[in-house]
Amino acid sequence: MIECDNIVKTYKTVAGETTVLKGVSFTIKDGEFLAVMGPSGSGKSTLMHILGCLDTPTSGVYLLDGRDVSKMSDDKLADVRKDKIGFVFQAFNLLPRATVLRNVALPLVYEGISREEREKRARIELKNAGLDESHFYHLSNQLSGGQMQRVAIARALVNKPSLILADEPTGNLDTKTGEIVLDTFQKLNEKHKRTIVLITHERYVAEHADRIIHIRDGIIVEDERNLKKRLVSAG
Amino acid sequence: MKISDLFKETYFALLSNKARSGLTILGIVIGIGSVIAMIAVGQGSTASIKASIESLGSNLLMISPSFQRGVGQQVSAGRGSAKTLTQEDADAIMEQGELIKAMAPELSGRYQAGAKGTNTNTSVVGVTAAYPEVRNIQIESGSFISEQNTRSLSKVAVLGPLTRDDLFGEDATDVVGKTVRINKIDFKIIGITQAKGGSGMNSQDDMIFIPLTTAQRFLAGSDYLSTIYVEVVDQDSMTAAQEQINSLLLSRHNISNPELADFSIMNQADIVDSVSSISDTLTMLLGAIAGISLIVGGIGIMNMMLTTVTERTREIGLRKAIGAKKKDISLQFLTESVMLTFIGGIVGIILGWALSYAVSYFGNTATEVTSWSVLLAFGVSAAIGIVFGYYPARRAAGLNPIEALRYE
Repeated sequence: MIECDNIVKTYKTVAGETTVLKGVSFTIKDGEFLAVMGPSGSGKSTLMHILGCLDTPTSGVYLLDGRDVSKMSDDKLADVRKDKIGFVFQAFNLLPRATVLRNVALPLVYEGISREEREKRARIELKNAGLDESHFYHLSNQLSGGQMQRVAIARALVNKPSLILADEPTGNLDTKTGEIVLDTFQKLNEKHKRTIVLITHERYVAEHADRIIHIRDGIIVEDERNLKKRLVSAG
Repeated sequence: MKISDLFKETYFALLSNKARSGLTILGIVIGIGSVIAMIAVGQGSTASIKASIESLGSNLLMISPSFQRGVGQQVSAGRGSAKTLTQEDADAIMEQGELIKAMAPELSGRYQAGAKGTNTNTSVVGVTAAYPEVRNIQIESGSFISEQNTRSLSKVAVLGPLTRDDLFGEDATDVVGKTVRINKIDFKIIGITQAKGGSGMNSQDDMIFIPLTTAQRFLAGSDYLSTIYVEVVDQDSMTAAQEQINSLLLSRHNISNPELADFSIMNQADIVDSVSSISDTLTMLLGAIAGISLIVGGIGIMNMMLTTVTERTREIGLRKAIGAKKKDISLQFLTESVMLTFIGGIVGIILGWALSYAVSYFGNTATEVTSWSVLLAFGVSAAIGIVFGYYPARRAAGLNPIEALRYE
């Protein structure tokens, strides 16, 4: 459960203060598949950073599972990220010279979980993300873009987060592999009841979610239920 | 984060850039290796200098006459020129106490000595039978001067091996029984001492020993002594014995102010101490010069770590995004640099050991790898890893995850 109340984010620059988010309020229920849509410069990336606990708002309250995380220290935020948040990036951000399994298990290293347990959980998430077992011991830079993004999704899931944040996850992929990735998200949402927030500037991508928040110039202009959800595969 | 995982991450990181890690380690290897080798050479020569001083006799006190200076007189004659020590002084010292093991009075002077057609200017030393024990002298052939010789003022002489070579040639075999002429007096050669090494004016190999009484009567023409050697029972009693002799001689010579003593007592331990402090300084100097290469190696580490941090900015951003704390990141990079110096340290110690072995094998210079130099090198290399790895690690830990993830 995510509750944002009047989130404001101001950056100090040489030219003066720039307010990127001007009072954003919304609630995301557990198990929701939400897309945040807006053009570049609208503040959606900043919103994602705050939702992902990489940054704190200048003012406003952000409750993540009932805990106020808006005024936490860096190390406390790191703990929150470790336990509650999974990131999927546009550029995948995998460790290039490490195997697929090691990449997926990496977040668990910081939880102090044993190697056997890490690999066990990594295997489960890789299967859920739809990666074939034959790739588990490949180095991550030997994979195709679509495979890489599925490895990244498995990594985001491995710590059993309350929230998965995907920042333009299809941005570096062609339409077909992009579809496969979006399908993976839809399945994870439907079968495993994962809460997913998809950040994108493309209407087409956003239409794969159940709800779309439109953001422009730092404020929410529209919060719509997506009635014509695009389904990649039946089920 | 578990320690085993930390090491695993470090292992992967160092292995992913083998050439760079290897070259950086090489810098530390050379630094540590040269420190170990240099200190080994220094320590080895200190030990051999100490050993050669101690071979001149152990636990030795040397009493020699000091300035001769009358009351109100400004002019001093040279040290040792005074004729203040007598046989009675020597006997009194010997009777003094249980701290003294043996005593050997000596009267030395330089005279022209000659054999058939050759001659040399050398030290002629009047000694007693106790001399070999006190001064650690061994006889190669024949015998040393006996008490009988001293009592009867015999004109007999024992030659040092160098003097024998000078007078009779290097391939002279049996010189015992031949005659040597010292200051126009004929002495019968009764023995040759064993070579002890050393060179210069005070080499014990270039000496002629004659009975003390003979020297006093026929060469010096006086009853004074030039040196009294005292062998003390053990190392710990050196200072006590020195003080005892000092007060004895002061009272015997009726001197109330110790500043004006007409004799001086030298302690062999003092000589060893001062010589070894010189060579210790030398060792430190050698080590410090080698230490410069260690610092250069450390800068190499820092350089590599800074490059690595820049290269892996995105990785750092990702690690932070998935929950790594500042501490985790800085520990990871610090472990990498310490690991580099640790490996470099071990290989360097082996290299230094091999080098010092090679020096003593081919260079005929004694070397000594001491455990403290190994410990020092190890500590220094670990410290270098921490010192030069700290800044890059802190830089990595301080990165903003958002910016790090965007870094191109």
